[in-house]
Amino acid sequence: MRNTRQVEILVGLFMVAGMVALFFLAMKVSNLAAVSGGKGYSLTARFDNIGSLKVRAPVKMAGVRIGQVGKIGFDNETYEAVVTMKIEQRYDRIPDDSFAKIYTAGLLGEQYIGIDPGGSETWLEDGGHFNLTQSSLVLEDMISQFLFNKASEGGKKNEDPFAK
Amino acid sequence: MSAVLDALAALGAGGIAVLRRIGRASLLFVAMAAGVGELLRKPGLVVAQLYGIGVLSVLLIAVAGLFVGMVLGLQGFYILSQFSAEATLGVMVAASLVRELGPVVTALLFAGRAGSALTAEIGLMKATEQLSGLEMMAVDPVRRVLTPRFYAGVLSMPLLTAMFSALGVLGGYFVGVGLLGVDGGTYWAQIEAKIDFSEDIVNGVIKSLVFGVVCTWIALYQGYDTLPTSEGVSRSTTRTVVHSALAVLGLDFILTALMFGN
Amino acid sequence: MPESESPPLVRVRGLCFRRGSRVIFDGIDLDIRRGRVTAVMGPSGTGKTTLLKLISGQLRPDRGTVEVDGVDVHALDRAGLYRLRMRMGMLFQSGALLTDLDVFENVAYPIREHTRLNESLIRRLVLIKLEAVGLRGAARLMPSQLSGGMARRVALARAIAMDPMMILYDEPFTGQDPISMGALLKLIRGLNDAVRLTSIVVSHDVRETAEIADELYVISNGKVVQHGSPEAMMRSDDPWVRQFLHGLPDGPVPFHYPAPPLADELLGAGT
Repeated sequence: MRNTRQVEILVGLFMVAGMVALFFLAMKVSNLAAVSGGKGYSLTARFDNIGSLKVRAPVKMAGVRIGQVGKIGFDNETYEAVVTMKIEQRYDRIPDDSFAKIYTAGLLGEQYIGIDPGGSETWLEDGGHFNLTQSSLVLEDMISQFLFNKASEGGKKNEDPFAK
Repeated sequence: MSAVLDALAALGAGGIAVLRRIGRASLLFVAMAAGVGELLRKPGLVVAQLYGIGVLSVLLIAVAGLFVGMVLGLQGFYILSQFSAEATLGVMVAASLVRELGPVVTALLFAGRAGSALTAEIGLMKATEQLSGLEMMAVDPVRRVLTPRFYAGVLSMPLLTAMFSALGVLGGYFVGVGLLGVDGGTYWAQIEAKIDFSEDIVNGVIKSLVFGVVCTWIALYQGYDTLPTSEGVSRSTTRTVVHSALAVLGLDFILTALMFGN
Repeated sequence: MPESESPPLVRVRGLCFRRGSRVIFDGIDLDIRRGRVTAVMGPSGTGKTTLLKLISGQLRPDRGTVEVDGVDVHALDRAGLYRLRMRMGMLFQSGALLTDLDVFENVAYPIREHTRLNESLIRRLVLIKLEAVGLRGAARLMPSQLSGGMARRVALARAIAMDPMMILYDEPFTGQDPISMGALLKLIRGLNDAVRLTSIVVSHDVRETAEIADELYVISNGKVVQHGSPEAMMRSDDPWVRQFLHGLPDGPVPFHYPAPPLADELLGAGT
């Protein structure tokens, strides 16, 4: 049998290794680092349709992740979706006339909010609001719109000879 | 007619025996749970057991975690590449490990490695009258022998599970990024974006804690309740592994339904 | 003798114990007198070890009482039972040494558990106890390195570590070679007389036990068959006691296990 001191050292190593593994999972694997400690500020935006946007979806600016979706609510009066975003503190210079859009990452990918900065010299602060938003593109709407356009175009072409 | 009555009697006797075992196991659990105060005064007892239960299981768990992660990377890549979704390989590997495979496989390996050893050790201590000897020295064997092992097992399981999952994610990285050419940045970024701390990691830790309690409890109870013969000890050891495996898989289903089923 | 008038240390009255449907004891009365070596004998399977477990409170009787030093053992709560057990030692058949501690630590174990003595005092106490059983030189051996007789002597040193008032010996002589048998006999008798212990020896080794015992009880089929001094018992004319004490192959306990007549069975097997 090993002596007590050796056992104690090995047990200590075991505990440290376990803690390191847990820390690794928390920091590197999960998004704990990104949202840690609630440091950051909230912004809201209203959308007619958020598609399949989910809580914790990323909020990006120029493709860089600056925060995530914190809460998704529904306004009973206006029938709009109210999205609260949590933005990291270091990205504190978002112009107040910026444009919040819902994008889709790839054809089947998850949806996220992209922010196109405006030209204003005043920045959005905690509790601020995006006035300009663009809803998610719903595939069915796009297709039906496309078909409708095609049909009306075709109809015109067909009508024209008779008119002449 | 008498055959029917015999069958009924056998069923009843079996039921009573099972209930009795459950009762004894519950009493043991309560006694071990109540012993935590004494252990805080003598932490050395747990440290010695952490060596036997935790440290000696590390190698098995580490190697198993690495290989499970590598296999997940390989299989995941072939399936995901059919949908051109290789970028999400990291998520697939990490989510399966953190949510399911980490806690479950670690618990199954733990039952085979540490659980059976615990049963055999306690069973032999009973067969060689060491437990009665302690009783006669006015030392409670549950407090002095079983309780430190119980807490060492409960403490070891989440740590071993974390090692298993972490090494598995790294194993998936080696295969996916190193061999199959998935982009390294995407691997980590996708994982980070999709794996949630409180939903995935914390739930995984809760699962592993539950499995730690159940596996160690079963192992200790089987040892403590064994027939003090070599045949009895061997049967108890087998029962430890079988009961632990069934309990872990059954509980995993229940816990998963509770945690991820909204 | 003053001791014979003082109340017995252990008083067993009407003790009944059953294991499943098997009756082990059916109303046993025993008096263990202070300062004596009392032997309880009987054929294998009569529950002699069970008797020790009942006296030490490891088992509960179905009926009857066991009083040790005036206290009803089975009316005590756990703490009281443990306090009582600190004044009892028990020597198990296998020795029951803790296999992960060496000889020294095994003997020191009860002292460390129940007292807060400093290390040098513990060392001195342990060495004295080991010296008493003649194994001071083996202090650093592990139990697996000991012979059966040595393990039993270490266990004896451990049993007397807390200076008990009584020691229970469970089959101390089984499987011993003549030399360690002699050593054990000398130790049991010597310890009993040197520190005014009370000893209960459970055994079926008639000659050895009779040699050191002051009083003999013979039990069979759950009852005390006879008791008295070894000399008186040896002269007993009860046929069963005679057969047991003198090791006669045939008597009230037949040589043959009950069976139909041999001729019937042989002929029956042929047809």
